[in-house]
Amino acid sequence: MTPNTTTADPLRKAASGIAGLDEITFGGLPAGRPTLIAGAAGCGKTLFALTFLVKGATAYDEPGVFMSFEERADDLIDNVSSLGYDLPGLIADKKLVIDYVRVERSEIEQSGEYDLEGLFVRLGHAIDKIGAKRVVLDTLEALFSGLGDGPVLRSELRRLFQWLKDRGVTAVITAERGPEGQLTRHGLEEYVSDCVIALDNRVDEQITTRRLRVMKYRGSAHGTNEYPFLIDKGGISVLPVTSAGLSHSISDEVVSSGVAGIDAMLGVGGFYRGSSVLLSGPSGTGKTTFGSHFVNAACLAGNRAIYFSFEESPEQIVRNMRSVGLNLDSHVTAGLLRFESSRPSLFGLEMHLVLMIRQIDQFDPAVVVIDPISAFRGSESEIHATLLRLVDYLKVKGITVVFNNLVNGDQDDRNEQSLSSLMDVWVGLHDLEANGERNRGLFVLKARGMSHSNQIREYRLGSDGVTLIEPYIGPHGVLTGSARIVQEAQEEAATLERRDEVNRRKREFTEKKSAAERQIAETREALQREEAELLALETVDERKEQILTASRSAAATRRGATA
Amino acid sequence: MTSPTTPDPMGEDGAEISDDGIFHFRLYVAGQTPKSLAAIRNLTLLCDAHLPGRHKIEVLDLAENPELAAQDQIIAIPTLVRSLPPPLKRMIGTLSDPDKFLIGLDYSRPTS
Repeated sequence: MTPNTTTADPLRKAASGIAGLDEITFGGLPAGRPTLIAGAAGCGKTLFALTFLVKGATAYDEPGVFMSFEERADDLIDNVSSLGYDLPGLIADKKLVIDYVRVERSEIEQSGEYDLEGLFVRLGHAIDKIGAKRVVLDTLEALFSGLGDGPVLRSELRRLFQWLKDRGVTAVITAERGPEGQLTRHGLEEYVSDCVIALDNRVDEQITTRRLRVMKYRGSAHGTNEYPFLIDKGGISVLPVTSAGLSHSISDEVVSSGVAGIDAMLGVGGFYRGSSVLLSGPSGTGKTTFGSHFVNAACLAGNRAIYFSFEESPEQIVRNMRSVGLNLDSHVTAGLLRFESSRPSLFGLEMHLVLMIRQIDQFDPAVVVIDPISAFRGSESEIHATLLRLVDYLKVKGITVVFNNLVNGDQDDRNEQSLSSLMDVWVGLHDLEANGERNRGLFVLKARGMSHSNQIREYRLGSDGVTLIEPYIGPHGVLTGSARIVQEAQEEAATLERRDEVNRRKREFTEKKSAAERQIAETREALQREEAELLALETVDERKEQILTASRSAAATRRGATA
Repeated sequence: MTSPTTPDPMGEDGAEISDDGIFHFRLYVAGQTPKSLAAIRNLTLLCDAHLPGRHKIEVLDLAENPELAAQDQIIAIPTLVRSLPPPLKRMIGTLSDPDKFLIGLDYSRPTS
């Protein structure tokens, strides 16, 4: 046996080309060694293996041999043509060989000793023909049913895996999952010990989710969690979204909520970029309208936005928002806004996450709306974990997200409580019922890192969108609707009354004042008159005195002269 | 050696003897391995004993013609294919067990 040259460098890896898997395995499958993919029927084992070959041939210049023990070449080609895999083209280009190995027990009788040299010859010939670097054996277990599970087959399999290593090809061997507790039905993991990947297809509340786990990877670190994966038009994608942690960079940039009134309630005039906003409220409180305002504002600012809708079709939202004066259609046409609608029951929660992240990766939006998260079915912890990963992912990307959440108006949803810790801003929408009418009120429950208004603000949904109405606080709290209007009228009347009273008093005072002034003037005049009279009297008196004195002295003179 | 009177469970409705009554065998081997050589030897002996003058043996070596393995759906070595009379029958192994050979290949009653 030739020495295995590939083990000299234990970290050499062959990229699978499967989105996400190469991240979990930090580079791909062990190059030059066999990898076992185990899973129950319908898990996507064949597709996984085929994707590994197709990507190898197209992206990494590594031709591959697909040895199929279950499906005919034609069936394989048909099955994956919908994924955009052009197998006939690859075969024509000598990038791929498909060899269908028919193992039919009823057609095989055994007499005497045998070995599987025929299989080796076949595989070796196929590898040599195109210089293959990758080999898939799907699924070897067909040999057990065809040839019987005997010591011959076991020793031949051991020889086969060693032979594959010696050839230096990166091999993927698929195997059917065994009954309870067993990884594979025939214990193939015993032979393939370098890398083992388990696929799983679980049904939970009638929703199926495919999951992948790297159970073993000799000589390499790998992600240990179960990761959901998706098979769709774009092929296979594994979702390696673990909690991204809290090490994301922080932005002081502010993103408008799209509603001037809400921006005004928040200390910094909007949401911080990259924050997660929870908008919760009972039905009919305009959650979708708020969400539309949000994306509308982003698009008007020239940013891209994605609106994930799980309850309404894009056309319906566009039409409905036209009635509140939002022209979302123009943003869609301009390529700034993208709607993604799907029924929540279409996939499991995790799968929705994969799809959302895939869309976000492609479109690279500045803001995202998810409407509503309450549509997701699943256990509370699962929803929480999924949203946590989404929030982390968006934070790392600096994408601002608004989650709409439908709540039952009467009771505090426990779900909400657990959501709260994930959210930076929480805006509550409420029905305010009083005096036989129902009005809409809005308040900011929390807003991390900024001062915010504590008021419950009434708002109206009108033809020009959401308008917040000036708050009216009566003796028993905020008044809304007609109660507010009555109160306004009453207070206006009272004001008018007060104003009249003041005016009356003013007039009275003015009159009083002028009367007093008149009096003062009259008194002063009287005094002056008196003073003048007094002065006149004085003058007359003086003159009389002088005359008297003069006459007295004249009389004396006369008397003296005669005596 | 099995006697020609070995009961043939498939004889009633199984194999039809082709027009000329000749059995066509193809034996796939890979190189001159002990198993291959044993199979060739056993086949020759069995045919001579049970189908004298009514058989044709073709030995195909995959070591020389590897493309035949995929073309003729060969995985085990040695593999014996009986192409005639129909239906096509396969048998793997060195043919060391004559009973299995005769039963498995729907060996029909010798014409007498």
